[in-house]
Amino acid sequence: MPAGLIGRKLGMTRIFGDDGSVVPVSVIEATPNSVTRLRTTERDGYAALQVGAGTAKRQTKPVAGQFKELDKGLQKPRHVREFRVESTDGYELGQQVDVSLFAPGDLVDVTGVSKGHGFTGTIARHHFKRGPKTHGSTNIRQPGSIGAGTTPGRVFRGTRMGGHMGDDRVTVKKMQVVKVDAERNLILVKGAVPGARNAVLLVQKAK
Amino acid sequence: MDPIKELEREQLRSDVPAIASGDTVKVSVKVVEGSRERIQIFEGTVMRLRGGGLNQRVTVRRIASGVGVERTFMVHAPRVEKIEIVRHGVARRAQLYFLRGRVGKSATLRERRPGR
Repeated sequence: MPAGLIGRKLGMTRIFGDDGSVVPVSVIEATPNSVTRLRTTERDGYAALQVGAGTAKRQTKPVAGQFKELDKGLQKPRHVREFRVESTDGYELGQQVDVSLFAPGDLVDVTGVSKGHGFTGTIARHHFKRGPKTHGSTNIRQPGSIGAGTTPGRVFRGTRMGGHMGDDRVTVKKMQVVKVDAERNLILVKGAVPGARNAVLLVQKAK
Repeated sequence: MDPIKELEREQLRSDVPAIASGDTVKVSVKVVEGSRERIQIFEGTVMRLRGGGLNQRVTVRRIASGVGVERTFMVHAPRVEKIEIVRHGVARRAQLYFLRGRVGKSATLRERRPGR
């Protein structure tokens, strides 16, 4: 079996455990993925499975050409990603992968694109403290000093300042699978996963 | 149907009575003591209700050996064996925080009469 699945974040809820614990879970929907191409060491220099999920509304001809060897129903994947494998032996084009790849208790790495926050100040981005709001204060949310004066005469690289936050590729490692629902194609993992609702996620076995 | 709503609906209990602020309730909770499990009963006044659906919580207040004790239960948690309404009290607000400052008779609520 390949090491991962392409899924979609549905949101979060909670699950009651038998021992009275309440587990916060993220719900990931992963409709069956299909293997769309095999990357072999001989031809591509590395071994991986290209996997497609969903159905695209439109497809350009160059993209369509890449999938023309597949069965009709699999020719228009909406999302395509690759998962590295040791060797592609035993895999075939069109092979289906579903959520039964994972079982409760497994540890998975979940990769996604975090929510974009636009240009944010130092307080939101780096957890700086703010200045006083009153008593004539003018530096309520200012970043403060960013370095010394004539010596060194420059701002050091990597000094934390305001700037764009979020919209980064983020991987949350070793998330615990709480429940797998093969009927509804759902994976429930403990804790929060990156991105907004409906964000595309990669769920892989933890390394 | 939204799968999250479905997941939540599956976990909902059907045996939860309609609790309101001011009611006196008996909550039976499963407690693990060492290796065995027993049921503990907590009886008191519903001070407030929070959340809805699966997340509904009820805060129950009682005076135990002279000390006010408030416990919050998740209504739909499997650890809660059952919730019984002992009597309905008249409460003119949703959160009965004023009970915290009261002891004895002033901390009791009038009973709600049926048909009113």
